[in-house]
Amino acid sequence: MDIFGVSPQLLLGQLLLGLINGSFYAMLSLGLAVIFGLMNVVNFAHGAQYMLGAFVAWLLLTMFGVPYWGALVIAPVVIALFGMALERFLLRRLQNEDHLFGLLATYAVALIVEGLVLHGYGSSGLPYTNPIPGGVMLGFMFLPYYRLWVVAISLVLCLGTWLLIERTKLGSYLRAANERSELVEAFGINVPKLVTLTYGFGVGLAALGGVLAAPIYSVSPSMGTNMIVVVFAVVVIGGMGSIAGAIVSGYALGLAEGLTKVFYPAGANMTIFALMILALMIWPSGLFSKAQ
Amino acid sequence: MRSSLIMAALVVLALAAPFAVYPVLLMTILCFALFAASFNLLLGYVGLLSFGHAMFFGGGAYITGYLVRDLKWPMELGLVGAVVVALIAGLFLGTIAIRRQGIYFAMITLAFSQMIYFIFLQAPFTGGENGLQGIPRTPLLGILPVETAFSFYYAVLVAVGLGLLLIYRIVYSPFGELLRAIRDNAVRVDSLGFDVNRHKILAFTLSAALAAFAGGLKALVFQFAPLADVSWTVSGEVILMTLLGGLGTFSGPLFGAAIIILLNDTLSSAGEWALVLQGVIFLIVLVFFRTGFVGLLSRTKIIKLV
Repeated sequence: MDIFGVSPQLLLGQLLLGLINGSFYAMLSLGLAVIFGLMNVVNFAHGAQYMLGAFVAWLLLTMFGVPYWGALVIAPVVIALFGMALERFLLRRLQNEDHLFGLLATYAVALIVEGLVLHGYGSSGLPYTNPIPGGVMLGFMFLPYYRLWVVAISLVLCLGTWLLIERTKLGSYLRAANERSELVEAFGINVPKLVTLTYGFGVGLAALGGVLAAPIYSVSPSMGTNMIVVVFAVVVIGGMGSIAGAIVSGYALGLAEGLTKVFYPAGANMTIFALMILALMIWPSGLFSKAQ
Repeated sequence: MRSSLIMAALVVLALAAPFAVYPVLLMTILCFALFAASFNLLLGYVGLLSFGHAMFFGGGAYITGYLVRDLKWPMELGLVGAVVVALIAGLFLGTIAIRRQGIYFAMITLAFSQMIYFIFLQAPFTGGENGLQGIPRTPLLGILPVETAFSFYYAVLVAVGLGLLLIYRIVYSPFGELLRAIRDNAVRVDSLGFDVNRHKILAFTLSAALAAFAGGLKALVFQFAPLADVSWTVSGEVILMTLLGGLGTFSGPLFGAAIIILLNDTLSSAGEWALVLQGVIFLIVLVFFRTGFVGLLSRTKIIKLV
């Protein structure tokens, strides 16, 4: 019953893990793409904001007894507000300048956030109780309910965001403001407000990802930066201009990583980077990007 | 006249420094100064932001360490080996990274460096998380013993001085002129018939090689090549050094490196505060004074630095 000399249990188990990781890659690269699409800022703080989401969820649980389901709403809102303040008071000052400055400013924010959390709570991971214990035996493998929930919610979020941006009136404003912000403003739309809200939305999405991640990975200050570097590679492959590209490449690369764990475990954490190099050689302008 | 006086004063200062200051600290500053200067060659003069330069710095340290400790090469050849490997790696990675314009370059180089990080983490000779330890310092040129930090300081000083001299010559050569022109207006340079990408790749390769040289030197100073030196934090640190000192100036990265190293040294007991402080300095420089330390100094009109 082996497939390429590998038991189906191992193969499917790793593919499921890959799908979970891919869910996070997709959610995070989606947020990056939304932010970049409107603001032309590569949000390096995305990883820190994802980590903050997990951290706020942990704080809510341990300090105030707020359960997971409450944190799932509160943490993203809190972090989104923090993000909007960041946009209003820092990123707006840099908006007409070279993209490098936006990247570096958000990198600085990530450093500060990570340093402060590290100072407050140390570098060891903090456990977060699984809110949906148990699972279902599929015959060939055990599928925990919580992981099923993560895959489902991330699919819904990705699809929802894609619909919001590509298929609604609000989304058309966003896309138009990206192309010609003065013109959109001339139609009476408050573009600066739109930008602040968009950044808040992207940041909230990252924080939501963090809350979802808390019961799976342990909550630690470095969880964000480890994630962001991988997500950057995902985004390079997909091309940052495309929402659909970010989602598809997020899931695909998670699965590819899972597959590597089966066939070549030592190379698993390099898979995505190696694929990025390959993709750059074959499609220099990004797999999904529109002509530049 | 005035600038040659300053130069002379600097040389005297550098020669006398180890009598007053702990030589290992001085050597750390020198290594990072060369690293930051090589990074500035890329960001300051070509406008390319590499967010993964630690891969060359830390990689150079590993290669030198491996050649000297495991293959028993003399340390000078160990450094040459690191430079050669970095030239090849820089040429290869530069050629790929340059395929995407603008901000993608930073993300691609960051991803590269993370891959290199994992390679070094798992390679058999690097000692994993513990780093490559116990690198011997062979006698200089086969005869002069440089076991003590004090004596080795002068060897490092000469090596870094030569590296900086090379960067100075590159920056003020016709080639350097062309690099700056690419930074300011790549389209025009292209229309004049110069191959923009080839020049960018060449600058990237040179910068990689010099960074590896600096890293190899640092490995010899500490007799140790740590995993942390290939991590993205060091890539971020060198950006900060360059920006803080003064982007696109020759002396800026040297000041920037000295300031950050002294700061890290003071805060070494509280690592997380160093991160916070670095972030805060980053923001202050980005928002309030882009010209950095050298720009600020020039504004006082007391001294004009390049």
